[in-house]
Amino acid sequence: MAFSNDEVLAGLAELITDETGISADEVALEKSFTDDLDIDSISMMTIVVNAEEKFGVTIPDDEVKNLKTVGDAVTFITSNQA
Amino acid sequence: MTRTLIQPTGPAHTRIYAYGAARGEVAVPNDDLIGPIDSSDEWIRQRTGIVTRVRALEQTTAIDLATDAAAEAIARSGVDPQQIDAVIVATISNPKQTPSVSAIVADRIGSNPAAAFDLNAACAGFAYGVTQADALIRAGAAHYVVVVGAEKLSDVVDPADRSISFLLGDGAGAVVIGPSDTPGIGPTVWGSDGSKADAVGMNYTLNEFRYGTAPWPTLRQEGPTVFRWAVWEMVKVARQALEAAGVEAADLAAFVPHQANMRIIDEFAKQLKLPDTVVIGRDIETTGNTSAASIPLATHRLLQEHPELSGGLALQIGFGAGLVFGAQVVVLP
Repeated sequence: MAFSNDEVLAGLAELITDETGISADEVALEKSFTDDLDIDSISMMTIVVNAEEKFGVTIPDDEVKNLKTVGDAVTFITSNQA
Repeated sequence: MTRTLIQPTGPAHTRIYAYGAARGEVAVPNDDLIGPIDSSDEWIRQRTGIVTRVRALEQTTAIDLATDAAAEAIARSGVDPQQIDAVIVATISNPKQTPSVSAIVADRIGSNPAAAFDLNAACAGFAYGVTQADALIRAGAAHYVVVVGAEKLSDVVDPADRSISFLLGDGAGAVVIGPSDTPGIGPTVWGSDGSKADAVGMNYTLNEFRYGTAPWPTLRQEGPTVFRWAVWEMVKVARQALEAAGVEAADLAAFVPHQANMRIIDEFAKQLKLPDTVVIGRDIETTGNTSAASIPLATHRLLQEHPELSGGLALQIGFGAGLVFGAQVVVLP
């Protein structure tokens, strides 16, 4: 089943809230994981692993470095769905 | 006609008799390390759970730490040092490659002429050593074995490194292993993945240092990569070790993972779905990450703080540079 951009954004926001306590309202496409949301590399990896399970995608370690914003992650997930 | 050789056999079971511990003499708080890495006490606590780490004085060696830990384990075990016929030291940080740490330790603890060898399996070294000791005894190659994890990692840290140096401490943990009437050491699930050799390890060779093309080699890691592997891949290994031993998480008295980072320990415990009754080793908070020494040091502390754990089952799992890993369930002495 393919997820839409909105569904991925909402799902990611849920994962981010679970990991960091950040309100889902603050999670928007243009937000930077590090600069805006203050998510450290370990929390980021936890979110990535949970996103892989939730959306059925594989996000390699090397790719994680390129996911600067929430929008980057949404684009990667939607374009790499099985 | 060729004569038939005698091949030895050993006892059916082994167990850990006792633990010993030695920590670096100096407690180093985060504030002492934050300057060169442009950081703060809060930053280190939040990312690692470490408040202080122990480091040894300049003149103290991994051999000294290993000797002290082994001597305590032997004294607590009640085994005569002369009966110990093998000494295994897991270490990656002794600055002299040869002679081995283990041969000197064997002599110092009164076990000369025990067989002695060092083992390089980084943070999985103690679990590897326990596997070796169990196998040697059950094969009839040794009767009583001392296994030590010993590191002076402060010799291989770079004060300006933000990847791993500020986590590291110095110490040694030891056990005496011998024959048992009942099973005391479960099957080991162990292995390696050399395709990820660059994820954690030394940044330069000694030759590069010798010829002036690199500074003194120090430890580095790809933190997020190691974190992902250490939790989600190692959880599978931990579950396999439980299954191989024929026990479930609810049967455990204690969980003692390698003390790499409190965030790894917390996520690991969450993924394993450990019941609240399982006591978790969290020695890293005041000892830091001591690589091969971390599991026996953490267990030694647990047994001091929770003597009721004696006789219970502990799941221990080591993982680190190689990458290598090893896990087994043991009965606590």
